[in-house]
Amino acid sequence: MINRLFTLLIWGLASCVLFAFGWLMVDVLVQGVPMLSLDFLTSDPIRSGRAGGIYPIIVSTFLILGVALTIVLPIGLGSAIWLCEFSNKDSKIVSTIRLSLDVLAGVPSIVFGLFGYAFFCGFLELGFSILSGGLTLACMMLPILIRTTEAGLAAVPNEWRRAGAALGLSRTTLLWRVLIPYAAPAITAGLLLSIGRATAETAALIFTSGYVDRMPESLADSGRSLAVHIYDLSMNVVGGDKAAYGSALVLIMFIVSINLLANALSESWMQKRVSRQ
Amino acid sequence: MKQTPKISNTYTLGSVEQGAECCEPIPHFSIRDLAVSYNQKTVLSNVSLDVYKGCITALIGPSGCGKSSFLSTLNRLSDMVPGAKVTGTIEFEGQSTLANNYDVESLRTKVGMIFQNPNPFPLTIRKNLELPLRERGIKKKSVLESKITSALKEVGLWDEVKDRLNVSALSLSGGQQQRLCIARALVLEPSVLLMDEPCSALDPISSGVVEDMIRRLAGRYTIIIVTHNLAQARRLANYAAFFWMKERVGKLIEFGQCQPLFESPQHSLTAAYVSGERG
Repeated sequence: MINRLFTLLIWGLASCVLFAFGWLMVDVLVQGVPMLSLDFLTSDPIRSGRAGGIYPIIVSTFLILGVALTIVLPIGLGSAIWLCEFSNKDSKIVSTIRLSLDVLAGVPSIVFGLFGYAFFCGFLELGFSILSGGLTLACMMLPILIRTTEAGLAAVPNEWRRAGAALGLSRTTLLWRVLIPYAAPAITAGLLLSIGRATAETAALIFTSGYVDRMPESLADSGRSLAVHIYDLSMNVVGGDKAAYGSALVLIMFIVSINLLANALSESWMQKRVSRQ
Repeated sequence: MKQTPKISNTYTLGSVEQGAECCEPIPHFSIRDLAVSYNQKTVLSNVSLDVYKGCITALIGPSGCGKSSFLSTLNRLSDMVPGAKVTGTIEFEGQSTLANNYDVESLRTKVGMIFQNPNPFPLTIRKNLELPLRERGIKKKSVLESKITSALKEVGLWDEVKDRLNVSALSLSGGQQQRLCIARALVLEPSVLLMDEPCSALDPISSGVVEDMIRRLAGRYTIIIVTHNLAQARRLANYAAFFWMKERVGKLIEFGQCQPLFESPQHSLTAAYVSGERG
């Protein structure tokens, strides 16, 4: 009896989650699919986005993300590797860094936005620009990526480190040939998580990369990301709902395809370098 | 003839003349007054013994008496343990391996190690063996191929895996994985093999296969094996070293030729342990 009740409860809770997600997807699909066309993807927005397309917004989104990833990948992976493999784990500095990263990962994005506005836009005089936006996003993504990558590396069984050392392998060889390939799925997951957070970001970007909806001419230009566009259309532009749904669908498709691509990549990388049972 | 180590009250060395024929009593490792501590807590002290070239030396004794700690000082894997400190002297091929400037990576290619649990890398069988060779700068396909083949033949794995060198090493059985790990150590052509309970994680049949293989390797390699299986020590070893805990510190109680150590031990603790009364 109790067992059945629990089964029912668990199924009930699971279906709540599924239902919420399903509703959201259906809503976006029903309202968004009619908006979707090649024209929508390749033309400029007209009358604040009430008509026209989202081409410059897609470009700006990719540019902002590109700037962020350029910064995040080397620094994030490097820090995680240092923290997990080379640092002295008992030292005060390392535990302080860990604590700071955990706190930073939970800081609301608006705080990052204010920091970005004060530091990148103001102090470094980058102004409202794709560069400022990308750098601010990088600050947001770093703690997530570092902590997930570190956890992924820490999950690699220690016996391989000992085996490697006993064979006279250098730590670099061991890292590249065994540890990183084995941790690749976890690293990918962390990367996706941070990309997801970055593409969904509005608050931090309004303050830093601005919301000009024309085509950016350079990284020093202001640019509007998809999430900001959706926010603007649904909150500030009367009659922008349809276009907002269309943009939301594009954003969701983008995130889903990044997920698929990353999975496929890490899978093939694994097969080449590492093979699991 | 080389001088035998000095004899102390906790230390008994059998006469080398009685050694098995395969055993030239030439010290390969000379260990004097070795002590190991972790974070200032001494776990092993006052160990002095010679490990003879081409012989199998078994380290026996109850758990926690420092046998594995001792083994890991020989290839300086003890360096990897935070807070570990090793004092005393270990002489290997005429050089003191505990010196700060000693080339540890080259030591580890000459002194291979096999662990209790088989630990092949999560790579293909071929890559497991290629990795240590490539690290040594051997890149030529034909050389790699011949070294890999001969290492696999040496551990008797060649016929079992020759058609699937490109499958994951983790798909092998436990015993096969352990033999692959031995092949991975042999591929570097070491002169010494350290084995930390190599059979204890294996089923009896795989264990027997690995044991036979160890016997075949004796003579060409100096083998030091930690084992809890006294019968195995007795079957395999030319020399045996008996460790015991005294006041929470591991000590070498008796060292000598295997057969006399088992049949007429000099020390009462040894006698009690090998007869199964204690331990």
